[in-house]
Amino acid sequence: MTSPRDFDPSAGSATSAALVDEVAPLIELRGVRASYGRIEVLHGVDLVVPHGEVVALLGPNGAGKTTTLSVITGQHQPSSGCVHVAGRHVNGADPAALARAGLCTIPEGRGVFRNLTVRDNLRMASMTGVPESDVVERAVARFPRLGERINQVAGTMSGGEQQMLAMARGLATDPGVLLIDELSMGLAPLIVAELYEIVAGIAREGVSILVVEQFARTVLGVADRAVIMQHGTVVATGTPAEIEAELSAAYLGAST
Amino acid sequence: MTDLYSVLILSLVSASIYAVAASGLVLTYTTSGIFNFAHGTIAMFSAFVYWQLRSPDAWGLPVPVALVLTLFVFAPALGWFIDWAIMRRLHDASAMIRIVVPIGLLVALISLAQIIWPPATVNARLDDFFNGESIRLGEINVTYHQLIVFAVAVAVAIGLRILLFNTRTGIAMRAVVESRDLAALNGANPNRYSAISWALGSMLAAVAGLLISPLLQLDQVNLTLLVINAFAAAVVGKLRSLPLTFVGAIFLGLFVELARRYQSDLPTWISPDTVPVLMLFVALVVLPQDKAAVFNVARGSTRVPQVTVRTAALTGLGLVAVAWMIPSLMTGNALQTMGFAMGLGLIAISMVPLTGYAGLLSLAPMAFAGVGATVMYDMGKTGNPLALILVVLICGLTGAVVALPAIRLKGLYLALATMAFAFFCEKVVFGPTAARLNSHAYHPLAIGDWEAASPRAQLVVMAVTVAVVGVLITALRRSAFGRQLQAMKDSPAAASTLGMSLTRLKVEVFAMSAAIAGLGGALLAIWRGQYNAEQFSLLQGTLPGLPLVLMAVVGGIAAVAGAFLGGFLLAFMPLIGETYPFLRNLMNLTPGLVGLGLAANPNGAIAQTVEQVTAKWEARRSDHPPEDNLGRRILTALAPGEPSFAPERLLVGGSADAGALAATDAEIGLDHGRCDVDPRSA
Repeated sequence: MTSPRDFDPSAGSATSAALVDEVAPLIELRGVRASYGRIEVLHGVDLVVPHGEVVALLGPNGAGKTTTLSVITGQHQPSSGCVHVAGRHVNGADPAALARAGLCTIPEGRGVFRNLTVRDNLRMASMTGVPESDVVERAVARFPRLGERINQVAGTMSGGEQQMLAMARGLATDPGVLLIDELSMGLAPLIVAELYEIVAGIAREGVSILVVEQFARTVLGVADRAVIMQHGTVVATGTPAEIEAELSAAYLGAST
Repeated sequence: MTDLYSVLILSLVSASIYAVAASGLVLTYTTSGIFNFAHGTIAMFSAFVYWQLRSPDAWGLPVPVALVLTLFVFAPALGWFIDWAIMRRLHDASAMIRIVVPIGLLVALISLAQIIWPPATVNARLDDFFNGESIRLGEINVTYHQLIVFAVAVAVAIGLRILLFNTRTGIAMRAVVESRDLAALNGANPNRYSAISWALGSMLAAVAGLLISPLLQLDQVNLTLLVINAFAAAVVGKLRSLPLTFVGAIFLGLFVELARRYQSDLPTWISPDTVPVLMLFVALVVLPQDKAAVFNVARGSTRVPQVTVRTAALTGLGLVAVAWMIPSLMTGNALQTMGFAMGLGLIAISMVPLTGYAGLLSLAPMAFAGVGATVMYDMGKTGNPLALILVVLICGLTGAVVALPAIRLKGLYLALATMAFAFFCEKVVFGPTAARLNSHAYHPLAIGDWEAASPRAQLVVMAVTVAVVGVLITALRRSAFGRQLQAMKDSPAAASTLGMSLTRLKVEVFAMSAAIAGLGGALLAIWRGQYNAEQFSLLQGTLPGLPLVLMAVVGGIAAVAGAFLGGFLLAFMPLIGETYPFLRNLMNLTPGLVGLGLAANPNGAIAQTVEQVTAKWEARRSDHPPEDNLGRRILTALAPGEPSFAPERLLVGGSADAGALAATDAEIGLDHGRCDVDPRSA
């Protein structure tokens, strides 16, 4: 067994990737601290997303969930601690490079290019290196509703459809891991349920998923493990059942 | 009939040039969110570079070589450099900075071109392609050059359409302008795509410059202005639609050629020179604005400093005392410059309520100053101080009249409308006024026998005016009116739900600003004793209007002292250049360069310098990495890059061991120590 510690970047990439894949979780955060200016918002976050699991990251407003995500995607530099993706140390990696490596993010609040058509939005998925030709077909096969609106400007679709488009575009990149921020934000409960059906489907295909939510109940039905964050630290980790018990405490502001 | 045909052919040719120029503008705007005011200067610069390469008086390269070097090497490189060094930092900047920085580029590039190719010594002229050979189409001659111009426009139209909508690169370019972050999350490197769009935009500017320049003597300012005419076409296209931009260009070409053909039958204010700016103004005011065309810009976070009236009054007294002493310390040119500095300072102060408090950027303070000087001549050339009251009233009224149609414009659109107004004044008011005045047009201010003729008396009068206006504007900041302006700037929606009439507020503050600028212009003209057309121009002359706006913003537009200092310093730059010839080039470049510096210091130099020094001190103490700046960027570009540590492509699925949470945790442990092991060194 090789641990990431012994990982040699100069070795042939195919072998090392294979070795790493056997042991390392897809995403691993250790002691991550991050700040905006002088204000520190993450005070040492430890988080693990193992292969093929759905991890729910929960917590109230301002707990640092979105910042944690942007640290993983490379959009925000941690001030200390480290981020490993598939066993490789990626602090300081370029977000675009991480995306091309298979880290797919659906950001908070409809991750679509509002002024581009549905087709052009889907074609953006090919920036990660997947062939342009089948991106659109595969997305439409999975989400037939997008096929009906293929030439519509994305900003004119409903919120649920936009979120669907964002997911379709993400999935078209064949991601190794999917990061979803506030899937349910501003959407009707029925649509949220529908979207989580899709998430569960993706998870069954073996894609690891980290999903950030405030509304806990919906996501716990899909997750394999759940993490509660509060005031910039992880306060609880466990199975969805264990976490459900902790939740009320977190939302009522009592520290555990 | 032949006559009509030839007008049509000529307008198609003009339209083609406008279309190429405007489509470059639209391209950079839709793909970078920044309106490139310097588009015309890039066109001019490229034309000069081509002349340098091609002309037998310079390096004398063959046409194809010179063309390829200019269009495919120089222009894209310039665009790439502009993006890399400047524009890339602006995507988070406030709307005002996004307008002012490209204006800084415009001013800097003009001065740079004037330094490299001094207008006095370089007599540059380009031949048209194919030496004027022509073919006959029906009854009229069409030169090959005209055919080429037309063909290029068609090719640009088709090429851009295909690029933007049918290629992956084009889609990525449009995606990047909408959200750099989201584009990066999709694997598109935002910097790469914004660089491509600037390189392409710069190439289109160069094409326009090469097509237009054979028609005239190469001149830095005129060539720039010709391309600025294309702004009207871009505005018809709402800055984002290429087909509408081409329609706009066709109408623009037609109107300009018709105005040229029937010039003698038209009123003097309609001429080939004024038609483009009239069309720009009308298009801005009449066409519905595309909300989507205003890209999501950060709200200006400029803090308006709260200066007490007492401090302002004491500073004003100090200024008057200094003005009293100056004639004993200085003579000649230095003394002369001191008066200019006071006048320019007052004109710069006019921007404080309008731009600093209310957040409305006008590019026309110098034009209102010119109106003030004109009124002063017509009403008070004998030195009657009551004429100053008329100046204030008439300029205020002019300001209100200009503001009224432009009232729903904001940000970039307001800046463009005021620019159109300034060019219009320059061509219709200042030129003819200068023509009808003799050289010694103004008498010093006088009440009865007491005449403020000596430099000391004049300086003191100016200083007292600056002090009084300064104190009033400082007091205004704390008044109900000042709070309303601030509220309108911070949240127009909230302000109007609180029952404020934004229209009234805007017209009032616009009128107030115009009145102050007019007062400054009148006093400046009295100090000079004469009037010339260039004096109140946007770009021409030694103390032009755009650099004044730049300097005021750099000084710190939110505070009277900052704006005054900006205007004041601007006046001294030519003087320093004259006194120390080796600094002359630097002094000419300074206004543009400091404008560009705003890309790094968006709050104005003075406030920012204090903040930056504090921040650097803090950073040194807390051991944070220094901020992104040009020097650092050059270092990173030169130094060998650190290897990127993006992982290999992840495998879907992998060896999932669902449910074994404890096992995974145990295997990984909370082994923080492992973080210290850098895989790079392992």
